[in-house]
Amino acid sequence: MYTKKECVALLLAGGQGSRLYALTQSMAKPAVPYGGKYRIIDFPLSNCINSGIDTVGVLTQYQPLVLHDYIGNGQPWDLDKQYGGVHALPPYQTAGGAEWYEGTANAIYQNIPFADRYNPEYVIILSGDHIYKMDYNAMLRYHKEKKADATIAVLDVSMEEASRFGIMITDKDNNIIDFEEKPKQPRSTLASMGIYIFTWSKLKKYLIANENDKTATKDFGKNIIPDMMKGGEKLVAYAFDGYWKDVGTLDSLWEANMDLLNPNIPIDLYDPDWKMYSRNPVLPPAYVGKEANVENSMISEGCSIDGTVDFSVIFEGVTIEKGAVVTDSIIMPGSVIRAGAVVEYAIVGENCVVESGAHIGARPETIENRDDWGIAVVGHNITVSQNAEVKPKQIISENV
Amino acid sequence: MNEKVLGIIFANMHEDSISDLTKSRTMGSVLFGGRYRLIDFVLSNMANSGVDEVGVITKSNYQSLLDHLGSGREWDLARKKGGLHLLPPFSHVQSGIYRGRLEALYGVSDFIMRSDADYVIMSDCDIVTSMDFNPILERHIETKADITVVYSRDVISIEEARRSTVFGINEDGRINDVMIHPSISGCANVSLNIFIVSKEFLKNIILEGAARGLYSFEEEILRGRTHEYNIMGYCHNNYHKKIYSMVSYFEANMDLLDSNNRAQLFPENAPVYTKVRDNPPAKYAIGASVKNSLVADGCIIEGTVENCILFRGAKVGRGSVVKDSIIMQDTVIGQKCSLDSVITDKNVKISDSRVLTGSKHYPLYIGKGAEI
Repeated sequence: MYTKKECVALLLAGGQGSRLYALTQSMAKPAVPYGGKYRIIDFPLSNCINSGIDTVGVLTQYQPLVLHDYIGNGQPWDLDKQYGGVHALPPYQTAGGAEWYEGTANAIYQNIPFADRYNPEYVIILSGDHIYKMDYNAMLRYHKEKKADATIAVLDVSMEEASRFGIMITDKDNNIIDFEEKPKQPRSTLASMGIYIFTWSKLKKYLIANENDKTATKDFGKNIIPDMMKGGEKLVAYAFDGYWKDVGTLDSLWEANMDLLNPNIPIDLYDPDWKMYSRNPVLPPAYVGKEANVENSMISEGCSIDGTVDFSVIFEGVTIEKGAVVTDSIIMPGSVIRAGAVVEYAIVGENCVVESGAHIGARPETIENRDDWGIAVVGHNITVSQNAEVKPKQIISENV
Repeated sequence: MNEKVLGIIFANMHEDSISDLTKSRTMGSVLFGGRYRLIDFVLSNMANSGVDEVGVITKSNYQSLLDHLGSGREWDLARKKGGLHLLPPFSHVQSGIYRGRLEALYGVSDFIMRSDADYVIMSDCDIVTSMDFNPILERHIETKADITVVYSRDVISIEEARRSTVFGINEDGRINDVMIHPSISGCANVSLNIFIVSKEFLKNIILEGAARGLYSFEEEILRGRTHEYNIMGYCHNNYHKKIYSMVSYFEANMDLLDSNNRAQLFPENAPVYTKVRDNPPAKYAIGASVKNSLVADGCIIEGTVENCILFRGAKVGRGSVVKDSIIMQDTVIGQKCSLDSVITDKNVKISDSRVLTGSKHYPLYIGKGAEI
């Protein structure tokens, strides 16, 4: 058993997440907090272990400190293994020089030796910017049944949304016959979820060829998939019909958190058969005070709530003082909302202090021109001073 | 810690004082404060004080304790050198089920002798407090004490005194009188059942105890040799609560609703560790109303909760009103129920529209796994 793993996961976690700007200045996107006690990377890591995939390489590059620290030895996800387990894979120096990861395909190319150590039949390529629960093993079975060389997980989206994604055009047997990146007039509504299973020997061949092509952009969507199609390989689409959300923008991150509060949206974190694991904080239970009002919200350990919380996701160790009002918002770990402060339709980052009388965000119905409205965002470690105002759509990354 | 210290925890002591809760578990594994077991406090105190070798002495019913402690990883005690050791009773000649602390120590004397520690901290699991052992050990060394006992100066009831050891102390801090289970009330120096000795001293009293057939540390060493040994008292003033009855257990939990007590019990620099359960955050539904309560991860609250301790994974259904109660792990309360001054143990199921009422002086206890 110590010589082979059937399937190894490679998780692309090096992206800057520039559209999450204020929240990713000091941490990579997969380390961004989500859902009251998680970080985005908890979802692919938990999916891996729940699917029986116990060997995961996490490819990091941008601001890796928080992410590496968080992953540690992988113990919270049961990924601390004698053989296998989770490994952080930042770019490294070689005898021939040092190279950053340039594009997704190049990042995997540079880590061929990592995957080869486990002599896998298959690799699954994941990304660290989606919230979903998925059995990768079911997808692997499908890949094997179909005798495919590459299997791409797809989600049936609406026609309007389709132009935001990479779209797969398939025949009646789910074979991918064509592929379009963000088409203006989509020919199909099957959007790529950024989850790929490859037969490793095949992928390796295309990665090496791509690397030798000096004109290539070294990207999966732009090079590897089209190259494999041209090369006559068998590419199939694997339809997924559960909850899946890209949290690449501040708005979608906010929405994905709010989805947890909506009983009609099928993302169940309370399912004992598919637990989402995370690094648990060492804090006492939350205290909800005598004058607190808490409804339709999620509140994590170590919080102290004396104000009003409605339609909000409150992370661990947050203090909400008496008379403070937090509605339709996300408050990340360790932040303090002082008495009389108001936070509406906002994301407040880690370890912020919102002083009394400050007002962050606004309800959409109070804004005359809807184009002026959006989620207000306060980055990490920021103090919003007394009576200061952060307008809707405003993004704060320095003290105000 | 500058000195090498071995921790010994007695997980089974005082079980008869809350016999309902210890029917199927040790004193150390009694649930407390929404997400803890009683042993978490003493074990975290040891870990936070730099004690990196701990033995936990058990007697019976220790399955839940083994499950809770595992390898000791949560307390950073899964170590190659030292770390956490569970010490169930050995069954070799002269050992087996022990009658007192001294006899229990004799049963694990191989473990104690093998340790390279210079000092030994012994503690029970019946005190809920945050304690740094470093200044106590320093004082122990400074005063050249044979034994240092940790006590607190409290106003106690006769019921508490009957479950306690009470000390007389002279102006130098030396113990000059030991009363075990006295019928007194008022202000007293109450033992917190935490003792520091050198390993050498412990070795000698264990061996002598075995030879002379002594088995109780309190009766035969503390009380029997008060004037022979230099026994010093160390007063602990921080928040502490002794659990000696169902009512005191109830009160100790309710103490956590006071922010001052919480701040003393959970200081930022001395976290209380416990077994991880990977629950999602607690969820409060539309129409939920929660006041003055402690709510752990994984709870789902749809009803009204006031002055309660809700453990991990507890559920309160729509229209139910739960007041002044302790709702343990994974208890499910249906819809339109009314609970007042109730303690539900783990995995209790309460069907819709049930009304359960106890009193603060006699909380209604519902046993583990009961369905009502």
